[in-house]
Amino acid sequence: MPEHSYTSRRELDQYAFRPAVTILAPLLCLILQAMLPKTFPKFTYIDLPLIATIFFAVARRNPISGTITGTVIGLLQDGLTGHPFGVNGIAKGVVGYIAASIGFAIDVDNVISRVLLNFGFSLLQSGMLYLISRRLLGDASVHLQPMHELIRAVATTVVAIPIFYMLDRFKIRE
Amino acid sequence: MDSFFVRFKNALVLIALVLLQIVALAVQVQRPVEGTLPGSAPDGKRITLLRRWTVALVTPPERAVHAVSLHTRHVWDNYLYLRGARRQNEQLKQEVTELREEQAAFAEDAAQGRRLETMLGFQHKYIAKTVAAQVIGTSGSDRSHVLYLDKGWSEGLRPDQAVITPYGVVGKLRDVFPHTSQLLLINDSSSGAGVLLESSRIRGILRGTSSGEVEINNLTQDSRIKPGETVVTSGGDMVFPRGLPVGTIESIAPDPQHQPYTAIVIKPAADLARLEEVLVITGTSGTMPAAAQADAAQAEATAEETRRAADVLAQKLPSIGDDTQAKPQIGPDGKPVAAATPSDEVGGLPGVPNSGLPKVTPAVHPDRYTPGATPPAEELKPGAPAQPPSGSAQPQGGAAQPQTSGGSTPKADER
Repeated sequence: MPEHSYTSRRELDQYAFRPAVTILAPLLCLILQAMLPKTFPKFTYIDLPLIATIFFAVARRNPISGTITGTVIGLLQDGLTGHPFGVNGIAKGVVGYIAASIGFAIDVDNVISRVLLNFGFSLLQSGMLYLISRRLLGDASVHLQPMHELIRAVATTVVAIPIFYMLDRFKIRE
Repeated sequence: MDSFFVRFKNALVLIALVLLQIVALAVQVQRPVEGTLPGSAPDGKRITLLRRWTVALVTPPERAVHAVSLHTRHVWDNYLYLRGARRQNEQLKQEVTELREEQAAFAEDAAQGRRLETMLGFQHKYIAKTVAAQVIGTSGSDRSHVLYLDKGWSEGLRPDQAVITPYGVVGKLRDVFPHTSQLLLINDSSSGAGVLLESSRIRGILRGTSSGEVEINNLTQDSRIKPGETVVTSGGDMVFPRGLPVGTIESIAPDPQHQPYTAIVIKPAADLARLEEVLVITGTSGTMPAAAQADAAQAEATAEETRRAADVLAQKLPSIGDDTQAKPQIGPDGKPVAAATPSDEVGGLPGVPNSGLPKVTPAVHPDRYTPGATPPAEELKPGAPAQPPSGSAQPQGGAAQPQTSGGSTPKADER
C-alpha cells in the first residue's frame, strides 16, 4: 500500500482558512443571497451558499469537513425559507462530500475544472432538491424544469469563478 | 471493526448526517392543521426556535443595510432629485380632483349597498387597523416565496394576519419573531386563499405554484370565466377580508394533472417581485372606520352638490321634452287639449308605457319609415304593393319601388 509522503499531491494542495473566514464567508454569502433578490429579483437564479460550499470543500479536500460545512450552510438556508429544515441541508451536505472527494482527483485551481465543478454541482443540487421535495416530502406541485435548472447552473457558474479567485486570497497552505 | 469505521468514516459521517435530517424532515412534515395548506401553517415550537436563530443571524445586517439605503434614498429623493416635482404636483392635484368626482359618483351606490347589507343582516368586515412594514429581505431562493418584514410581535403582528398593498393582496404572515416577521407570498406553493371572480361571482381557491405563479385550480371549465376578469378575496378563508383585489385572470387552460379541472392563471394586482412597503391588517371590525365614514359622508355631500348643480343646469337649459310643456296643444275645436301623461307615451306614441326616451319630433314629410305609418305585420300580405302613407310625397323619378314582403321590406330595400 503506497504511503502519502509530505510532498504528496493531497497534502500539497490541502488548504486551511482562518476561523473568521470560515464563518464569515458563508455567512456573507447567505446574507447577500437573502438581500440582493429584493433589488434584483432574478438574483434568485444564483446560489451563493452553494458556491461557498463547493469552494470550501474542494480547498480543504476533507470529505467530513465538506459534509459538515455543506450541511450547516444548507440548514441556515432552510431557516430562511418556509421549507422544513433538512431540504437544503441534505442537498448541500452531499454536494460538500462529493466536492471534497473529487478534489483529490482533479486540479481544482484550474479555471476549466472550476467551471465544470460549479456547473455539475449546481445541476446535482437541483436534482437532489427535486427528489427531496417530490419523493421525501411528497409535494406534487414541484416539477423539474430542465431549462430553468440549466440557466441556474450557468448563472451560478459565471458568478462562482470570480468569487473563487477572491476567496483564494484567504487560503493558508497547511 | 475499528478499521471499518476508520476506513469508511467519511461515508459514515455523510450517511449519519443525511439520516438525521431525513428523520428531522419526517418530524416536521406532520399532518397539516385543519383548514390550512401544508407549509402555510406556522412551525412548531422547536422549529420556530431554530428558525428564529437563523433569522436572528441574518436579519440584523439586512436591517442595517436597509436603513442605510432608505436614508440615502430619502436624502436623494427629498433634497437632491426634485426635477419635475412641480409638474408632478400639478398632475397629482388634477388626479385628486378627478378621483373626488369619481368617488362622489360611487358614493350613492355604496350608501345603497350599505343600506341593503344592514337590511339583510350581512356581516361585512372592514379593515380597522393596519401596520405599515418594510421589506428587508427575502428567502434567497426561487423555490420559496417568502419575504422578511421589519416589524414583528412587539409591533402587534401575529401569524396568519393578511398583508396587502394599495394595489391588492400580497400574502399572509407565517412566522412572527420579536422584531421581524416572515411574509408568505400568495405565489408560494404552500400559500392559499379563498377568492371570488368579480363579475361571474364564482368562488374558487387560489394557490401558488412551484414556479411562482398564482392560479385557481379547483374550478371546472365554465364559459362565464374569461381572461381579464378581476379576482377578489371571498373572505371565506378567515384570513383575508372580503373584497380585496387579488389580480386579473391571465389565462385559462385545462389542467392535465387534475382533470377535469382548469388551471386559471392569475396576474397578481401587486408586483410581488418588487415589494418595498406593505400593510399588515392587524384588526377588522363590523362597522366602517371613522375615517372611512367621514370620507363617505364627504363623497355623498359632493354627490348631492353635483346632483343639485345638474338639476339647476337642466332647469335653465332648453330640452327636447320642454317643447310640449312650453307650447300647449290646441285641438281641432280651438280649445287646448290635455297633454298625454308621461306614463302612457313614448316618442310621441300614445299607449306605449314611458321608458324615459325623448319624444320624436313629428316628421315634416312622413314616409313608410315614420313611426305609426307601417301597418301591423299581421295585416300585410306577401307580394302586396306597399300602401303609401297619407300625405307622403310620391317617389321622384317615376319608377315605383317594389316591395317583396311586409316583414322583411326595410332590410331588403336598404340593400
